[in-house]
Amino acid sequence: MTEATGPTLCETTVPRFARGTRLQYDRVREVWFIQAPERAFHADAIAAEVLQLVDGTRPLHTIIDLLAEKFTAPRAVIAQDVLAMVAELATKQVLLPA
Amino acid sequence: MSAPPPPMSLLAELTHRCPLQCPYCSNPLMLDPRTQELGTTEWQRVLDEAALMGVLQVHFSGGEPMARPDLPELVRHAAQAGLYSNLITSGVLIRPDTLRALADAGLDHIQLSFQDVDPASADRIANMAGAHAKKLEAARLITAEGLPLTLNFVIHRQNAERVPAMLELAEQLGARRVEIAHTQYYGWGLLNRDALLPDRAQIEATTEAVAAARTRLAGRMSIDFVTPDYYEDRPKPCMGGWGQRFLNITPTGKVLPCHAAETIPNITFPNVREAGLAAIWEDSPIFNLFRGTEWMPEPCQSCAFKEEDWGGCRCQALALAGKADAADPVCHKAPDHKQVTQAIAQRPQTPPPFRYRRFGNA
Repeated sequence: MTEATGPTLCETTVPRFARGTRLQYDRVREVWFIQAPERAFHADAIAAEVLQLVDGTRPLHTIIDLLAEKFTAPRAVIAQDVLAMVAELATKQVLLPA
Repeated sequence: MSAPPPPMSLLAELTHRCPLQCPYCSNPLMLDPRTQELGTTEWQRVLDEAALMGVLQVHFSGGEPMARPDLPELVRHAAQAGLYSNLITSGVLIRPDTLRALADAGLDHIQLSFQDVDPASADRIANMAGAHAKKLEAARLITAEGLPLTLNFVIHRQNAERVPAMLELAEQLGARRVEIAHTQYYGWGLLNRDALLPDRAQIEATTEAVAAARTRLAGRMSIDFVTPDYYEDRPKPCMGGWGQRFLNITPTGKVLPCHAAETIPNITFPNVREAGLAAIWEDSPIFNLFRGTEWMPEPCQSCAFKEEDWGGCRCQALALAGKADAADPVCHKAPDHKQVTQAIAQRPQTPPPFRYRRFGNA
């Protein structure tokens, strides 16, 4: 499905959490959750790494650089994963451009 | 039986007092009086226990939860415990100052109910003059504050034709989510079933209206749609399975697996005044009564879907078949399915007057 609205996502976009959504570590289940209006999504390990770097000031290219360094992975691969994930979370109204 | 998973969410019914009298209210027929309500410190202890158990979200509900002057204090306590807080409100008590106090306390989200889009019809359903106008003002205040807003429209035979206008109103008011929920038939809803139950053509029209709006509003507003299970072939997995994900605490502190469970006879309901929440969740007879699949009768026991729908709704089985451990009569395989088909067939052409939800009117 294509996104009906919203600006095109690129590496200069600065993502932030929409009010009423946040990343939270669940100490009982030992997993990360995205808390959102009336639902909590399980955030997998990759999503949790990305979202911990979303602070409303870092652009996506900085987030991608940090992750490529941390995981010594090809930057292009990381960039593709990050952009796809951020786009998906934008359609779920979890992330917005800052 | 192995230990149950920790609950995901807690519905905290702070009070049964409410300025509205909606005839499909999810509260029980016997409403709890104010004098027996849990106090502030009791709720604070419960919130701490819930967070330690693994509850992620608390839904402050009622009645009208804003009738409790300590609501901002409880919201602040929930936020400090790491709980995501949601306010489920009629909105009629929202003013700039009361909303500000909740936002400052760290409230995460508000779900605002509407009875209709037509003001006269909405006020008649709520049995409160001027309620609709107050709700519109509440929605404007909430979005101006920047709090995320879900609008909840409860629909039935007397307003279902206006679903497209409801979705337009939600869009105009800046809601991020909207719930279009057909009434469910327990308690007050069951008493008023003939006045509420839609016909099949209305179900189809609302389904189409929701599908069209979902396409039009993708990425901007999400739409939850709850159909009336009387027209389904298979029952709904009530509460994601009994004692699996959800717990409800009543104004007087009773802990229930669902908000209608107090109708189940011959069982003692555990109370947070007498026991810890984790012990109640794990060990109390009521939570273990219908957990898993061992309790199931036929045709559920040999059914391929038994771990999808968990045998349906226990309170509906009780209300329609007279036994809480029967197959949910909504299921086309259930021995008591005729209770549902008869209710549809015998639905009067003209809806009877509402029997309004208020103390002493059951």
